[in-house]
Formats: sequence, structure tokens, C-alpha cells
Amino acid sequence: MRVLKALALAASVFVATPALAAGEAPAAPNAGFSFNALLGTFDRGAQQRGFQVYKEVCSACHGMRLMSYRNLLDIGLSESEARAIAASFQVTDGPNDEGAMFERPARLSDRFRSPFPNDQAARAGNNGALPPDLSVITKARHDGANYVRALLIGYRDPPPGVTVMDGMHYNEYFPGHQIAMPNVLNDGQVTYADGTNATVDQMARDVTTFLAWAAEPETERRRQMGVKILVFLAILGGLAYATKRKVWADVKH
Amino acid sequence: MAIGLHDSQVSNPVLRWIDQRLPVVTMMQKEYGTFPTPRNFNYFWNFGALALINLVIMIATGIFLAMNYQPHTAHAFDSVERIMRDVNFGWLIRYVHMNGASMFFIVVYIHIYRGMYYGSYKKPRELLWMLGVVIFLLMMATAFMGYVLPWGQMSFWGATVITNLFSAFPIVGPEIVTWLWGGFSVDNPTLNRFFALHYLLPFVIFGVVFLHVAALHITGSNNPLGIEPKGPQDTLPFHPYYTIKDSVGIVAYFALFALLVFFMPNYLGHPDNYIPANPLVTPAHIVPEWYFLPFYAILRAVPDKLGGVLLMFGSILVWFVLPWLDTSKVRSMRFRPVARIFFFLFIVSFFVLMWAGGKPAEQPYVIISQLATAYYFLWFLVLLPVLGKLEKPLPLPESIAAAVLGTKAVLGGGPIPQAVAAKPMEKA
Repeated sequence: MRVLKALALAASVFVATPALAAGEAPAAPNAGFSFNALLGTFDRGAQQRGFQVYKEVCSACHGMRLMSYRNLLDIGLSESEARAIAASFQVTDGPNDEGAMFERPARLSDRFRSPFPNDQAARAGNNGALPPDLSVITKARHDGANYVRALLIGYRDPPPGVTVMDGMHYNEYFPGHQIAMPNVLNDGQVTYADGTNATVDQMARDVTTFLAWAAEPETERRRQMGVKILVFLAILGGLAYATKRKVWADVKH
Repeated sequence: MAIGLHDSQVSNPVLRWIDQRLPVVTMMQKEYGTFPTPRNFNYFWNFGALALINLVIMIATGIFLAMNYQPHTAHAFDSVERIMRDVNFGWLIRYVHMNGASMFFIVVYIHIYRGMYYGSYKKPRELLWMLGVVIFLLMMATAFMGYVLPWGQMSFWGATVITNLFSAFPIVGPEIVTWLWGGFSVDNPTLNRFFALHYLLPFVIFGVVFLHVAALHITGSNNPLGIEPKGPQDTLPFHPYYTIKDSVGIVAYFALFALLVFFMPNYLGHPDNYIPANPLVTPAHIVPEWYFLPFYAILRAVPDKLGGVLLMFGSILVWFVLPWLDTSKVRSMRFRPVARIFFFLFIVSFFVLMWAGGKPAEQPYVIISQLATAYYFLWFLVLLPVLGKLEKPLPLPESIAAAVLGTKAVLGGGPIPQAVAAKPMEKA
């Protein structure tokens, strides 16, 4: 029994850290995300729907501790909408003048509330597995966006001959295939305000778009600045080369 | 030597007042204005200037990063992400610094291999070359410690693997490792001292770069022909000829730099370094940054730990004695038809090592690494000394001007601009 327990613990540690676990998994298919293109941008609608999926589904187990509610303004939510979303969460503040910690509704300046107070509590609530923080998840995996989306739609019945350990689930794209996270997306899991049909594939795409933006919120500004700088350098390079030709014109070298 | 004001030629009265008391204007004019430079440089001679610019960029961005970075295991990872998200243009500063390290190594590798191909290390430039090797070693130490600072998984495990190399030394090894760590594992004291040293070493590099440039201005530059300039017809004043030629290279360099920073900032990094460091979970493959891969491959090519460590350090230390290993009288590989073939094979072995270093330590990569390592050392320790004696080099041109202009034109001398020709150049 103790051996089993130790094995289960070891397995959960192993499985809770996907990129690190040994085992072959097929490369994630290219989902053709607009933001993966060299000059691509994020689909605002998908970002907002993706935030809804995160809020209503993922955030039950996964924190995003690097995100603040004010960041939601950047995906097109109005200030009052963002304030209302923040206020729907209770966060711990303090100590107050009596020296006691207290709960208050979150403000725009607060970080996203994490579902668990610490990693131990997270493990205790998840069969020993630690749901990773999702703030930079697409930067922290190879081909991150395609991988996350593939993982979310990659739940299958285990192929014949493969035994899935107790509390584990079979996923085609997870390294080692045995993942502690159950399949959480089912058709109609959330009701989109904009009327989009909430299929599993749609939700996976939307939440991946949201996570990819959260991992690199500067992406659009960065690419726009890059284009300007490359245009500038092209002109400067032309002038520099023309000047060089002129300076060297009467010198054989 | 007479004591008194310097005899300044500067016409602006304010500048002249300064120049008479501290002849910086005269010095700049002499070292970067009229400095006699071989007229036949190709674009490979841009890379020294590029490396200096890269160093300045790294120091400038690094200072701003240090204003916002927290060298503590509990805060380092999040403070880097805070820079990316909440500091004004923090993402730009950090991505420039991060990709700047890669650009620095690209530039410096080209600079080093240019020196090897054209024999720039040979007499009288041995010390110039050795100072360059010192700079490269300092760069490696700085880059390694910088990679530890974000405190991601690769930071932590890279630091663990590399510091553990010292444990291979008999008797004192484990003591050295404890001393490096400041404890019994890679932990907060390690991160703290790495941050302090990562801030210090670039200024040490700057000092050695100054010596490198000072030594260069004593011997003058080598050139693609590898023969010394014999007179004014062989040289051009540094300005405007090479200031403008360097400018062209600088713009091209900035374009590649911008492509990395703005469109593929994480391409050269490893995704695992965006997972916060966790001493309990070892990544499946611990790999260093790409620029260390050739040396990492040499380390892993040897089954014995101490042997691997010695060979890895030896693969760079051998550069120090390169001026004496190469017995050929001819500098440039242009005139060494046999050595040239083996030199290109040496370049190939370096790239093979770089490729194999990124692969897991299993077959066939181990045997490939071993073969490439063997050739790497064969080149330095056997081929170079032997070929210098056996090979019959092609005839060298009479002078740079003769090669460039054809023998007839040499008598006329190079077209030195009036203003420059008016001031006789002192040989430093």
C-alpha cells in the first residue's frame, strides 16, 4: 500500500509538470492562429470569449498570478465591465488598524485571484497534482499556442493495451499521454454573450487566444514597432550604402 | 619630453583650450581620424566595431533591467515578468538584452574565425589575440550568469550542471562547488552573487576591450592579404573610409537584431525557462544557450567527467597558444591552399559540435560529438603545426597596393585626401 502511495505521488509530480515528463507525443497540429503569423494580431472577440472560458472553467484550478484585472482593458473590455468583473472576486487585504486581515472586493489594480492559497493546497485539492499557473503557459511550452489548443481537444479513450493510472486521463498530445487534468470542455460548457456556438473546438481556440495574449501582451505593439524600425533601417541602410559608394568611388580597393 | 601645453591643431578655441591641456581631440583624430588602415578590408573587418557596439547596448539595457530586477529566488522570475508587462518599454529593454547576448556571440564568433582564417593572431599581434581570448572567456562567464538570473527551470538546472563541473577536480572539487554556491545547493546566495558578478564583469570586459583596442593601435590591423602595409599607398585614413564602411555593417547588424527582437524574441531561447525554477523537478533535457553548445558537446563527448571538463576548458585555452601552434610564415589562408581545406573542415566540426550539443546524450550523437571533438583538437595540435612546415604557400603579392591596384599604379601612391595628407601621420 505504501509503495502504491509513493508511486502515485511520484507519478503525480511527474505528470503535473508536462513539458518535463519523458515520453513521446505527436507534434501539435497547426491551428492556424492569426497571432502566430509574423505580423499577426489577436482576435478581440476570441480574446474576450477566451477570458470567459478561463474565468468560468480553467480558473477553478489554474491561477494567472501575473495578470491584473486592469489588463482586461487591453482586450477591449470597458472600464466599468472590468471593474465589475474584479468586484465579483473577494481578495484578502490587510492587516487593518486592528491588525486583522480582511476580505474585500477586488479592484482593477489587483492581480487575478488564485484558486488556491498555496501549492500544497492546490495539490491537496487535485489528487496530488499541481495545476500550473497559466500566466505564461504558451511561452513555457514548445509551439505553445498549438500545444495548448491540441491538449484541450486531445482527450481520447486510451488505445487498447494502455492502462491509465488511477486518477489519470489519456491525452493524445500530452508527453507520456497520462495527464492528471480531466477533460473539462464539453459542447455548450459556457454560454457566449456574443452568441458564438460554444463547441469544444471553439472554446479551445478562444481560451488559447486569451492565454497566448496573456503570455505576451506586448505582441501587437512589438510587431508594429518592428515594422517601423525595419522600414527605417532599410532607408538608413540604403543611404549608408550610397554614401559608402560615393566615399569609395575614387579609391581602388 | 617637454613639459607644457600640448601643441594642438584644433581651430575651435574652446576645444583647443581643452585639447592643449588634455589632448583627447588630437588622440581621437589620430586613432580614429587619420589612423592608417589597410585599404583592402572586406566586410569581415566590421565585426570588431559591431562587438564594441553590442557591448555598449548590453551595458545600457542591463543597467535599466537591474533597476527593476529582484535577485531573490522568490521574486526573480516574477520581477522579470513584471519588467515585461508593467515597466514602460520593459519588454523592449529585456528582449534587446536577451537577444543581444545571442547577437554578441554571433558577432564575436565571426570576429574570432575571421582572425583565425586571416592569421590575425600571428606576430606581432599575439598579445592582441590573447586579450581577445580573455574577453571571450569573460563573455562566457557573464552570459552564463545572466542566464541564471530569470530563475526559470533552465536557469536553475543550467547553473546546477555548470557549477557541478568543478566537482570533477580531485580533492578540492566539492569544496570549490560549495564555495561557488555559497551553500550546499544552487540557492538564494548563488543567485545573489551571480547577479553581482553579472553586473561587474561587463565593466571588466570593457577594460580588457580597451587594452585590446590599444594593442590593435600599436600593431595596426591585419588585412585579408595578411601582409603588412609598407607605406601610405597601402593604407587609407580610418575616417571617412572605414567609418562609412562600418556604418553599412552596423545597419545590417541592427536589421538582424531587430528581426529577432521584434518578431521572434524567444526563438533562440528555451521554453522551459518560462517555467519557474523548481529544485524538485529536473527537465528531461538540460541544454545551455545555443552559443555554448559546441563546448557542451565536447564536455559530453568524453565518458569521464574530469576528462570532459578538462577537454572543454582546453578547447578554448588552446586558443591562447594558437600564435605558436601555427608554424606557417604566411598569415592569410588565401595563400595556403592545403591548410584552407582543413580550416573549412574545422569550421564544419565547430558547427557539428553546436548541433550535437543540442541533442540528447545518446547515440549516434555521442559518437558524432567524439569525432568532431577529435577533429577540433587535431586541427590545433597536429594539422596547424605540421602544415606550416610541409605546405608550400602560394606566392604573396609584393604589397597591398600592388595586389589591389596592379603594379603600375603603385608608384603614384594612393589618393589620400588633402586635409589628411597635409598632416603627417605618426606611427603609434
